[in-house]
Amino acid sequence: MSDTPATSELDRRPESKWSMVGKDPYAMPIDKIDLAHPGIWQENEFLPFLKRLREEAPVHYCAESATGPYWSVMKYKDIMTVDTSPHIYSSEPTIGIVDSFEEFTVPSFISMDPPKHDEQRRVVQGVVAPSNLKSLEGLIRQRAAAILDDLPIGEEFDWVERVSIELTTQMLATLFDFPFEDRHKLTFWSDAATAIPGGGIISSNEERWEAMQDCLATFTRLWNERVNAEPGNDDLISMLSHGEATKNMPPMEYLGNILLLIVGGNDTTRNSITGGVLALNQFPEEYDKLRADHSLIPNMVSEIIRWQTPLAYMRRTAKVDTELNGQKIKKGEKVIMWYASGNQDDEVIENPERMIVDRPNARQHLSFGFGLHRCMGNRLAEMQLRIVWEEIMNRFDKIEVVGEPERIYSSFVKGYSTMFVILHPKAS
Amino acid sequence: MVKVLFKDHAGREQSVEAATGVSVMQAAVSNGVSGIDADCGGSCSCATCHVYVDEAWLDKLAAIDPNEDAMLGLSSDRRENSRLCCQITLSAELDGLSVTTPEFQF
Ligand code: HEM
Ligand code: FES
Repeated sequence: MSDTPATSELDRRPESKWSMVGKDPYAMPIDKIDLAHPGIWQENEFLPFLKRLREEAPVHYCAESATGPYWSVMKYKDIMTVDTSPHIYSSEPTIGIVDSFEEFTVPSFISMDPPKHDEQRRVVQGVVAPSNLKSLEGLIRQRAAAILDDLPIGEEFDWVERVSIELTTQMLATLFDFPFEDRHKLTFWSDAATAIPGGGIISSNEERWEAMQDCLATFTRLWNERVNAEPGNDDLISMLSHGEATKNMPPMEYLGNILLLIVGGNDTTRNSITGGVLALNQFPEEYDKLRADHSLIPNMVSEIIRWQTPLAYMRRTAKVDTELNGQKIKKGEKVIMWYASGNQDDEVIENPERMIVDRPNARQHLSFGFGLHRCMGNRLAEMQLRIVWEEIMNRFDKIEVVGEPERIYSSFVKGYSTMFVILHPKAS
Repeated sequence: MVKVLFKDHAGREQSVEAATGVSVMQAAVSNGVSGIDADCGGSCSCATCHVYVDEAWLDKLAAIDPNEDAMLGLSSDRRENSRLCCQITLSAELDGLSVTTPEFQF
């Protein structure tokens, strides 16, 4: 797209003129703050930048950025307003900050407005509805137990690779009834769909496109196998291929919906599993509370999801000229809802930087968004995390984090690429 | 004060008293009624305060507005008598209102 520079300008060259790594957020002119650049997210330096904007410029305009100009919405209440006003703030053409991602990814209902959004979502939402998940709980628990039982005790290993990725990948394979031995492809496609070229996963947009083609071909084959089967199978591909509103979907739309479920269900949950372990290490007194009372797990799961905020933002595009918290936003401008900031807003959330396992009203966080686009998989994610933590607490006294985890180079996906730990079993 | 009767999917009942002017969701949450999450705190944007309203009371309620209608659409367990109870304001006319919570909130 003509008004947006190539995504390669988001590369991680430390000398990149866009990087804010190592800078004092209070020493630069406020209009130079550019939250979209991934550096401060990877280096875990973003919190003071968010804080300054919340305090001094809660609706902030960044005119110069590698992603093109955009508004940042920092406060919980303003984010709520934007998220619940789809007639003013559109999810089209895309919910990522860079328009040109759109050329390389594909349409799906997360980037559609009503009525099309509502129609398409209705067809697939049943598969992850809580009533359906009940029947999956046993299988997920079994798989989680097998993964945890297989882990080395007393020696260093990468929790991200051995647990977080493995668990969420197995989960997705179950949902799609995807060939189990090929399940690691799901992880690769998910990573490739959101990765920035040069960030480690893929080296170019062409490579991304190849991965997406492979994904489409594989899922088309599965579709063809299942479309002729009797209806009634409750895997996602069967549901899509038999559903009234989706059975005549053009291939790109099918790919879009599949990718949405893979991406939505993959790194968000993965990074919450890792983030929870990290948070309990940072707040040992919370770990003590949890050890003393496992019934805190469901509440802790919501709190971990807030604390981690696996997706830092969602983007909207103004459909009309409008005003938000005193700022005039023009039709066509990009508006970024920084969930990562709203979840740290101490006007709504007390002591937000702490992960508090028994926090009151822990469910009232922004990590799943609100309104018509509210995360479709929120109950699935919560269930997976609850099961994992129940199984962890039955086995281990402590998961000790050693060293600093390595974070992902992205201002969108907030997560970890590696985190080394040592397991200490429960005294029996 | 008016009375509201909450039943859950398994038939357990809990009767609470609340002031007129508050929402049925607030009446539930402040009296510890389980089965209602109210993640958005009552701004009609999460659909986790879903209830089935007993038939006898349906025509006493204000009509569903388009926003509530759209949010209810996010639930796979929606029925004819589904409402988001943060959008029902208690009045003297609703004294004795009876609602059932679904087995699962969205
Ligand atoms: C902790 C884990 C997760 C987090 C933090 C998360 C976060 C989000 C967010 C922020 C949105 C957009 C909300 C908005 O625009 O208002 C979203 C939408 C969505 N999520 Fe999740 N998600 C998670 C897990 C999942 C899982 C497991 C699935 C798999 C089924 C999933 C599928 C989706 C889908 C399909 C949408 C699009 C909904 C729509 O546009 O109507 N998510 N998620
Ligand atoms: S409390 Fe969220 S919709 Fe009623």
